[in-house]
Amino acid sequence: MKMKYLKNVAQLKLDSDKCTGCGMCVKVCPHAVFVIDNKKAIITDRDLCMECGACQVNCPFDALEVRKGVGCASAVIKGKLTGSEPTCGCSDTAGCC
Amino acid sequence: MGNCSCQNKKPNSVNNSNAIEVKTEMSIMDTIGRWKARWNIGRMNYKISPGLYMTGRPGPDSEVFISSNYKMSFDILRKNLNGINSWIIVLDTAGINVWCAAGKGTFGTDELVRMIDQTSIKDHIDHKRIIVPQLGAPGISAHEVKKRSGLNVVYGPVKASDIKNFLKNNREITDKMKKVTFTFFERLVLTPTEFVLSLKYSPLFLILLFLVDIIIGKNGLEVFYKDILIFFGALFSGTVLFPALLPFLPFRSFALKGWILGMIYIVTINLMAFNSIQGNYVHMLTIPILVSFLSYNFTGSSTYTSLTGVEKELKISLPLYGISILSGVVVLLINFF
Repeated sequence: MKMKYLKNVAQLKLDSDKCTGCGMCVKVCPHAVFVIDNKKAIITDRDLCMECGACQVNCPFDALEVRKGVGCASAVIKGKLTGSEPTCGCSDTAGCC
Repeated sequence: MGNCSCQNKKPNSVNNSNAIEVKTEMSIMDTIGRWKARWNIGRMNYKISPGLYMTGRPGPDSEVFISSNYKMSFDILRKNLNGINSWIIVLDTAGINVWCAAGKGTFGTDELVRMIDQTSIKDHIDHKRIIVPQLGAPGISAHEVKKRSGLNVVYGPVKASDIKNFLKNNREITDKMKKVTFTFFERLVLTPTEFVLSLKYSPLFLILLFLVDIIIGKNGLEVFYKDILIFFGALFSGTVLFPALLPFLPFRSFALKGWILGMIYIVTINLMAFNSIQGNYVHMLTIPILVSFLSYNFTGSSTYTSLTGVEKELKISLPLYGISILSGVVVLLINFF
C-alpha cells in the first residue's frame, strides 16, 4: 500500500527549460516522483514528494527547486519555540529519526 | 574512539595499511547493541570512528562504499558485504543514520570530500567510483563531489540487502531498489523507541492525575489507578498502535488519524469500564488529543512526510488541541463544584 501525505503541500518546482533529461532526479528520488518523458523530467505526483531535497542538490542544471526540510513534528515544534529553522535535532532530548 | 566490537585491528598487507578490517558477521555484542538502540538505550551514542574500513581483502578494483558512523547503519552495511572484498569510508555524521544525517547535511558533500582526502582512498583504487547509499542523496551533490574530488558518485540501493543484486546488475538500480517503503515491520521496529521516548513526560502527567484525582477531586485511589492505566494505554496507542495501523486509519493527516485512533481507544475503554459510550467526558476531550499528538510526532520517524505538510498540520491542530483540552478542564471544574 502506497502511503501519501497531505494533498497539495509539497513545494517542488521543475523548470523544464533548464532540464536536459539527464535522469539524475529519477535516480535519487526516494518516492519515484519523476519520470523522463521525451527527454525531459516530469513530475508524476507532487503529493508523493517529501521535500528531502535530493533532486535539487543533485540536479547539475539547477532545474529543480524544493523547499528542503525535515518532515518531523518535533523539529517543527522546536523550530517554532526557538524561532529557528526546523532542523532535525537528533540530540539526546529529541525523539527524532 | 567508538566502542565497536568490530574494530579488531589486524595486520594487513602494505597496500591496506590504513584500513581497518571488519567482519561481515554480527557478533552477540552487535546484536545486543542493535537491540539496545531500538529501545533507545544509548541510541544517541551508538557510534564508530569515522575512517577507512575494509571487508575481506579489497584490491584496486574493489568497490568503495560510503556509510555513516551510526553503528547500526554501518553494521547493516557490512553484514550485507558478506563474501565481498570492499572498501568502506565511514563519514562523521555524529552517530546519526545516513538518511537523517543527509537531511541535516552532516552526511554531505563537504564531509565526503574531506574523508576521500583523509583516507587517501584514491591511492587504493584504480577506478573512480564510490557507491553512496541513495538515501544519502539529500546531502550529497554528485556533480559537486566529481568536481572537487574527481570521483564519480554512483547511487546504490536504498537497502543494503540489495547490494549484491545491485553489483550483479552492473551497478544499475532497479525500480524496486530505489523506492522507500514503510512496511508493517519497518514501522513496528520503531515503536519501542517511540514508546520509551513518550514515557519521558509521564511523571509530570502522573503528578497531575494525582492532584486532580486525589487532592482536588477526592475520588479515591481506585479512580486514580484507573486513570493511570488509561494514560499508559493512551501512550501505547499513540506510539505502538498508531505506527502499526498507520495505513489503515482514515485521512492523510497524522494528527487526524491519531485523533480517530484515540477516540476509538477511549470509547472502547468507556464501554468496558463504564458500560457507556461517552463514559467520562474529561477522558473523551483529553485522551484523543494526547494520542493525536503522539501520532503527529510520528511524522519524524515516518518515511514520507514533508516539512510543509507537518507545519500545516501543526497550524490546524494546535488551536483544536487547545479548545478540546480547555473544554476538558471546564468539564472537570463543573464536576467539582
